[in-house]
Amino acid sequence: MAAVERKLITARMDQPGYSNRLESYLAAGGYAGLKKALAMKPEEIRAEVMNSGLRGRGGAGFDCGLKWSLVDRKSGKPVYLICNADESEPGTFKDKQIIYKDPHALIEGMVCAAYANGVKTAYIYIRGEFAEGCKILLAAIEEARAKNFVGTNILGSGYSLDIFVHRGAGAYICGEETGLIESLEGKRAYPRFKPPYFPAVFGLWMCPTIVNNVETLCNIPLIVAMGGAEFAKIGTPNNTGTRIMCVSGHVNKPGYYEVELGRITMGELITGLCGGVAGGRKARAIIPGGSSAKVMRCDERFKGRKRDGTEYDWGWQDVPVDFDSVAMIGSMAGSGGVIVLDETADLPKALANIAEFYAHESCGQCTPCREGSLWMAKALRRMTNGRATKGDTDYLKSIADNIPGRTICPFGEACSWPVQSFIEKFRDDFAKLEK
Amino acid sequence: MQQAPPHLEAEVNALLTHYPPEQKRSAMLMVLHAVQEQCGCVSDAMIEWVAAKLECQPIHVYECVTFYPMFRRKPVGKYHIKICRTLSCELAGSHKLCDELKKMVGTGMDQTTPDGKFTISWVECLAACGTGPCLTINDDFYEKVTKEKAEQLLANLK
Repeated sequence: MAAVERKLITARMDQPGYSNRLESYLAAGGYAGLKKALAMKPEEIRAEVMNSGLRGRGGAGFDCGLKWSLVDRKSGKPVYLICNADESEPGTFKDKQIIYKDPHALIEGMVCAAYANGVKTAYIYIRGEFAEGCKILLAAIEEARAKNFVGTNILGSGYSLDIFVHRGAGAYICGEETGLIESLEGKRAYPRFKPPYFPAVFGLWMCPTIVNNVETLCNIPLIVAMGGAEFAKIGTPNNTGTRIMCVSGHVNKPGYYEVELGRITMGELITGLCGGVAGGRKARAIIPGGSSAKVMRCDERFKGRKRDGTEYDWGWQDVPVDFDSVAMIGSMAGSGGVIVLDETADLPKALANIAEFYAHESCGQCTPCREGSLWMAKALRRMTNGRATKGDTDYLKSIADNIPGRTICPFGEACSWPVQSFIEKFRDDFAKLEK
Repeated sequence: MQQAPPHLEAEVNALLTHYPPEQKRSAMLMVLHAVQEQCGCVSDAMIEWVAAKLECQPIHVYECVTFYPMFRRKPVGKYHIKICRTLSCELAGSHKLCDELKKMVGTGMDQTTPDGKFTISWVECLAACGTGPCLTINDDFYEKVTKEKAEQLLANLK
């Protein structure tokens, strides 16, 4: 393994002189994947995506080909495609790069995905704060329309697609796909019960709907161009392709790094690509997949048995950057946002910050999450302001333990995992606040 | 019934074509953004206007205005500065920056300067974690904002 990037999606945007205009994208070979796709049958593209092993880059890491295969194509209702561009998991900033620097990569991915699934109308749900990003996308769609990459009878294929941009308005919960759909329908973003409201069957306006992340969609033209089997050779089995990792916090060179999944370790990412922990200090804690992922303790050994039966014994530096390895050590790769906290970091304060975020963002639909997220934030506010009382650490933990599994959507887990894991791994830091 | 400025009416009519004719309510967030941009905030009268436009009840509009943090019921200053409060930006110094900004413009959180020029608020993660501290001023994004950069930014705002 080596600390090198493998740039497939970010290759163009990082070139000097590259702009987000169509001529830049075309000069770099853009829309070749679409031309190839339109010469194929939709089911052939779906088969290639299935063979590619592509997993969703939004957070859950769900198999993209499988997601597409669940779409109800016999209902007689239109199928919709929604691009989830509501990037708002703290620590994650990759989709923003694509939207601002290379919007045509997303549009080409959407047209390919839409064609493969018989979609006639697609939406990009972009977070409200990306006002400029929204304008960039609108301009890019117009450019693409003028060259007939979007619109009626695309490149003479007989296939037509409209893409509309829909802005959110500052609510994190819209990143959850059924919350997003409710929001796109003009309502409060209250996530829906699953079952029965799986988007593949009862999605937007109760029609079959595919919701894919920005980065996921950008992979589709690559898969079409090289074929699913060839794509699957990038990365490692079950963790194919590249991933844009976002690193922030106490590192020398925070930023986004596109790496081959499973072919680089957390140590190579942080000490190699990111130039190490800031100030030459030691890492104490790492949040590996966006703020809702369980925190890793850096002096811990992670031991166990892999799926193939071989044993592993890893320090944090040895953990491969992919979906399965991060899950094996008890956390999740989530949205790819890595936040590094060094030995000087005030961990209760960091957790208090995260808890405030979730208290602010709970949609309020389910009682355990609405009340629990607020209680956790209040307890942490008290503890980090010198007003902790005896038993506060256990109190905090008991709230966190009573939320997961009792809510409609995974926000319940998202708000309690950080609290559970910080207390489990760093109990002393919290206990010493108690008087 | 409240009259909307003619260009708002035209903008909203164009937005409605993005959704099926029987799903007008889906244009809600886009329409509220347009209203807020033109009117400064979403008033009671405009809630009724939007409800009529989208063929739904005023309560359906009201519940969205109160749910989504970007919509406001009262006007803010000419320049609304929103500083990212969340973890990576805090680690990069956003809270200190916020204190400095408050001093520079002379106001507290969620308050507007007497001349109506500036309002400062916190905002949750703006997805620029690698380039914190970050903030937005109206629709514009600024990253790696230092005290000096903030002074310069403010000086350029007329």
